[in-house]
Amino acid sequence: MPVAKAYTRAELDGLVACPACDALHRRVDVPVGSRSRCLRCHTVLTAPRNSAMTQIVMLAATGVVLMVAAMVFPFLSIDARGFSQNSSVLDAVMAFSDGIMLPLSIATVALIVFLPLLRLGAVIYALAPMAIGYAPAKGAARAFRLAQALKPWAMAEIFIIGVAVALVKIAGLATLTIGPAFWAFAALALVMALKDTLMCRLTVWKTLEQRRLS
Amino acid sequence: MEDPGTTATILTAREAGLVACTGCGRLDHIGEPTCSLCGASLDSRDEQSLQKVWAWMIAGLIAYIPANLYPMLETETLGRVSDSTIIGGVIELIHHGSWGVAAIVFVASVVIPIGKFLAIMFLAYSIKHPDRTSSLTRQHLYEAVEFIGRWSMIDVFVVAILSSLVHLGSVVNVNPGIAAVSFALSVAFTMLSAQSFDSRQIWDADRRVAA
Ligand SMILES: [Zn+2]
Ligand SMILES: [Zn+2]
Repeated sequence: MPVAKAYTRAELDGLVACPACDALHRRVDVPVGSRSRCLRCHTVLTAPRNSAMTQIVMLAATGVVLMVAAMVFPFLSIDARGFSQNSSVLDAVMAFSDGIMLPLSIATVALIVFLPLLRLGAVIYALAPMAIGYAPAKGAARAFRLAQALKPWAMAEIFIIGVAVALVKIAGLATLTIGPAFWAFAALALVMALKDTLMCRLTVWKTLEQRRLS
Repeated sequence: MEDPGTTATILTAREAGLVACTGCGRLDHIGEPTCSLCGASLDSRDEQSLQKVWAWMIAGLIAYIPANLYPMLETETLGRVSDSTIIGGVIELIHHGSWGVAAIVFVASVVIPIGKFLAIMFLAYSIKHPDRTSSLTRQHLYEAVEFIGRWSMIDVFVVAILSSLVHLGSVVNVNPGIAAVSFALSVAFTMLSAQSFDSRQIWDADRRVAA
């Protein structure tokens, strides 16, 4: 093993380690729109996008609006032999909230409403000031780290598939009709996916660092 | 190995005496406790990684057993109550002719969880006992596990939706079964297991063999 040498901050910042396999690479300026990959394991290192910061914030804000719409408008209505019932997203996951099933309802609300909202909020908090040219807000680094950590736990898109399966399962017993909130939710899943493809981790952190120092 | 020429010339951050922040990618010297950019704690390798992987995975396996034995849903139709397990639900869908949806539920609730258990076990085992599977293949397997694992939650959401929505007086009522809770826990535990895995160890083992 080579003897460890002391690097200066500038030397360190000129290097980048692959997050998946730890291989060191020289940090090169990647043209906007293309991406650089690890030589050894092919993990994407950077993928800068043009004016991504503004677009990410706009998409995150759109996501928040869609989530509010999904909460307010009717989500599903059910009809069976004269009985009919309308429900919102919250009704759909919280109506059955007694006894041992309460944790299930709470977990569902967390995965499809609370954590996605928290994640969108954290992204907006961390990036919005920079998107309009200001220095990042206090705690922006922590907010963005939170947004990264929450990624696997925000499950809006999986919930959409769950609703589709539920529609088929109940088809023989009752008629389920989907309302506008369902479409708001589907759009939300799409917006979040688009936002994640635009968000290049290294670029965001680099910008956070530069703006904090200036 | 794909390209021995390139692999031999690659230097890892650890070999250079550096540690990369898993949060923001910033490099620092090994021994630095926290990242100076994002504040995350720095670890060249997560030494407890494998222990955490096994612990969460065993928890996930234990929770997966009742998830299959007990009912996910209890449907009450005009006074008649019928239970359905995960597999029972799939069979019911097939009887209704909904092959596509049956396939989705079967893949999400059976194929993915079992595939995930096997994949994580193999990855964790291969760190200590390297075999002929290339590091690149194992890296791709790990990425697939991380990407696909969360989709197992589908059936939990189906149960949550149906059991809270379908309460129509004496006509039809749907209640969740205990398996829904244990299945949700099983998915969460295996997600934590996969997240605990430090993929850099795949490549370290590879270098020890090559050296
Ligand atoms: Zn790599
Ligand atoms: Zn950091």
